Amino acid sequence: MRLASGGRIDRGRRLNFSFDGRTLEGYAGDTLASALLANDVRVVTRSITHGRPRGIFSAGIEEPNALIQVGAEPMLRATQVELLDNLRATGLTGRGRAVVADDGARFDKRYAHCEVLVVGGGSHGIAAAVSAARSGDRVILMDEQNEMGGRSLAERSPTPTASILASLTSFAEVQLLSRTTAFGLYDHNLALAAERRPDGQRLWQVRAKRVVLATGAHERPLVFANNDRPGVMLAGAVRTYLNRYAVIPGRRAVVFTNNDSTDRLVADLRAVGIEIAALIDARDGKVVSDTEGDERGITGVIVGGQRIDCDLLCVSGGFNPTVHLFSQAGGRLRYDQRLTGFIPDDGPPDVEVVGRAAGDLEISVEPSWLVPAVNGDYSNHFIDLERDVTVADLRRALGTGMRSVEHVKRYTTIGTGSDQGKTAGVNEAAIIGMLTGQPVGGVGTTTYRPPYVPVSFSLMAGRNRGDLFDPVRVTAIHSWHVARAAHFENVGQWKRPWYFPRGDETIEAAVLRECRAAREGVGVMDVSTLGKIDIQGPDALTFINRLYTNAFDTLVVGMCRYGLLCRADGMVFDDGVVMHLAENHYLATTTTGGAAAVLDWFEEWLQTEWTDLRVRCTSVTDHWAALAVVGPRSRDVIARLFPELAVDTHAFSFLAVREGETRGIPVRLHRITFSGELAYELWTPNWYGLALWELIMEAGKPLEITPYGTEAMHVLRAEKGYIIVGQETDGTVTPHDLGMSWIVSKKKDFVGKRSLRRPDTSRADRRQLVGLLPLDHGERLPEGAQLTLEPRNEPPVEMVGHVTSSYRSAALERTFALAMLKAGRDRIGQTVYVPLGDRIAAATVTEPIFWDRENVRRDS
Amino acid sequence: MLVPCPWCGEREEGEFKYGGAAGIAYPALPEAASDTEWARYLFHRPNPKGPFKERWYHSAGCRRWFTVTRDTVTHRINP
Repeated sequence: MRLASGGRIDRGRRLNFSFDGRTLEGYAGDTLASALLANDVRVVTRSITHGRPRGIFSAGIEEPNALIQVGAEPMLRATQVELLDNLRATGLTGRGRAVVADDGARFDKRYAHCEVLVVGGGSHGIAAAVSAARSGDRVILMDEQNEMGGRSLAERSPTPTASILASLTSFAEVQLLSRTTAFGLYDHNLALAAERRPDGQRLWQVRAKRVVLATGAHERPLVFANNDRPGVMLAGAVRTYLNRYAVIPGRRAVVFTNNDSTDRLVADLRAVGIEIAALIDARDGKVVSDTEGDERGITGVIVGGQRIDCDLLCVSGGFNPTVHLFSQAGGRLRYDQRLTGFIPDDGPPDVEVVGRAAGDLEISVEPSWLVPAVNGDYSNHFIDLERDVTVADLRRALGTGMRSVEHVKRYTTIGTGSDQGKTAGVNEAAIIGMLTGQPVGGVGTTTYRPPYVPVSFSLMAGRNRGDLFDPVRVTAIHSWHVARAAHFENVGQWKRPWYFPRGDETIEAAVLRECRAAREGVGVMDVSTLGKIDIQGPDALTFINRLYTNAFDTLVVGMCRYGLLCRADGMVFDDGVVMHLAENHYLATTTTGGAAAVLDWFEEWLQTEWTDLRVRCTSVTDHWAALAVVGPRSRDVIARLFPELAVDTHAFSFLAVREGETRGIPVRLHRITFSGELAYELWTPNWYGLALWELIMEAGKPLEITPYGTEAMHVLRAEKGYIIVGQETDGTVTPHDLGMSWIVSKKKDFVGKRSLRRPDTSRADRRQLVGLLPLDHGERLPEGAQLTLEPRNEPPVEMVGHVTSSYRSAALERTFALAMLKAGRDRIGQTVYVPLGDRIAAATVTEPIFWDRENVRRDS
Repeated sequence: MLVPCPWCGEREEGEFKYGGAAGIAYPALPEAASDTEWARYLFHRPNPKGPFKERWYHSAGCRRWFTVTRDTVTHRINP
């Protein structure tokens, strides 16, 4: 019921809202909880396990019962939701409903730095902010409520803060954030906070020199039989509803307390004419042992065997300082006998706790943890209302021999609800102590972990979703690919053309056509995404020799060479081509995905091991557009574009590098191949990339030059047995496993060499790269499929390998695959099996090369 | 955490890559190492509770490697 006057609500602004389909009315300044109580809505939800009716229990963030959903936002607390016109809320039984549709809410992030961050806008927080502001510090003061003032807002005459706050805002370097809940305090004073805004939420990430926690205290309930009925409320919450919202949650009240904080409640209730049926004070040896009630909630209490009628039971079991953030930041707690609660002890430097959060409470309290059950039945003595955990559950856990609060928590789920047991934790520790004969302080609390309150994934994501999820990198030719309706695949952050369908061609048909063009005529591919590292300095050759498995001493200027990199453990890490451009000047290409890691790897050796080497490495990935012209007719295209250049295979042999120019565009040509065909890679400064591509298309037009994507590239290279790092390899594969001993120098040392003769890496039964030809020529084995030696689909069956690459081949007119197979080289010619769930495929093991074994085409 | 880069000052941890224990040199003569010694170099790393000398790489900044001492309990870092 709403009182005729008083409170901090705006009676001039009536708001309509609905709850569970009922249309109701409240005022601006209400929370959903205060508006519901004003409308005498007592039952808000049912409990998650036992389905018991539950009502509003608190007036704050600690609320364990009143879970609601508003639109797409699930698991909100009615006590934390500000009333808005046309708000539509529904009660939730312990779990919310995910809404897939976009609700239009906006989520954003702000980063901030300050000397002093004050969490909590009560009197202590405001005082801390004022004193810091006066010293000229940058100050951020945040508070979860819609207005600053903290506990004082629950007083009949709140301490006036308007003038103090106004003086605070006069400092240019002070920022006041209301409706902002700090939910995490991390190392070196990084605080995360969620700000509720009219159209969504904002995530604040604040780095502060000093953090002042003025987070107050939460009132603790008392534990007795049927202590969960609607109408049983925290005493302080009743005062808040009375004084701040002018709402009385009942007409006939019983107060059950173990401390003197309820004195003011009694006075306030009397002042508005609420009848106090009984004041039960545990300090006088009196307790409420049980309650009676119906579907709408409490109707009476049992005291000393006598029934007392009431529709409101105000309980207070003392106060728990809100130590969550302090504890998250690594602060230690200790049990305080006087307060009967845990207070901050040793803390991290630069985190200060003040006011009630520090245990600064004037209170006379006597511990009264558990009212004994009259009949020995503890199944309705609730400790954790949100998780429906009772004293009986605790006794069961302890009966199994558990003693640690952490074990009891996991067994009973106490404290694991979305309220994180804010009203349950200390009672839990105390009752475990009572039942096991340990002091409360010895039992301790469970670990406080972020977040202090539930936060949504949307808040964490902010704007980093959809197109803004991750940076997108595109090549100079991207617009051409888009115009030709290429399908793209993501490779790291790059968008690479996957295939270029003609009309309504399927991927399969397109790839076969693209492969055929590269094998029979001429194809062209945008390979600009290759990582490119410029390596210069007098010791560049020494550096390259130490890192790559093969030697580069004989690589003369104007030539290039394929190279392989291993980690110190001998496992293949990346590969690419090293070009010798000039004296003391090399350029190494890397895989598209490995570019950053390879550069970091180079820097690590230069900076931490070989500090005497005079070498500089620079990423030039984005400096160059790189276009591969591939196929038996590629020479014709090159000859047309570069009439001055001698292109016959003697003048411009495999692995040679030449400089050229076509229509004013400078081009560096490399005769390298990733398909096994005669091929040229044309590099030009990125700016010219699209122009060069178009010239290639024009020159190749009479030859029906065919653009192809990464899928055709994968097929072509696999036919030729060329590996892809990360596809054939997974960090456990050595060059020898790949059959690439030819590239491992026997003469010089290189990083990882010693590892190649470790007992494990020299085992004969390691998985080795092989080819697979399925007996059914149309069977395309799934990549990742396991291999077995016997045709069994049922376990136990030894898995001896897996398929790494698998394609349909235009050139072979059948399917084929690459695989890593245990002792694979000894099994060539044998049959292996591929269990595929409902059937078993079979394949013949082959050498991992299917095309032009003699390299006639490559070198032609 | 805030990691003190000797070149750029204190920066957010996210700008760095972690490099593990400091002071583990690549053996001067790998071929002279026994299998046990080599395995120790590759796989054995200290993991103390308390002060720990470790390497960081300012990958999203100046791209320099450096060493600090971090207390693994309190995360207090001394350059």
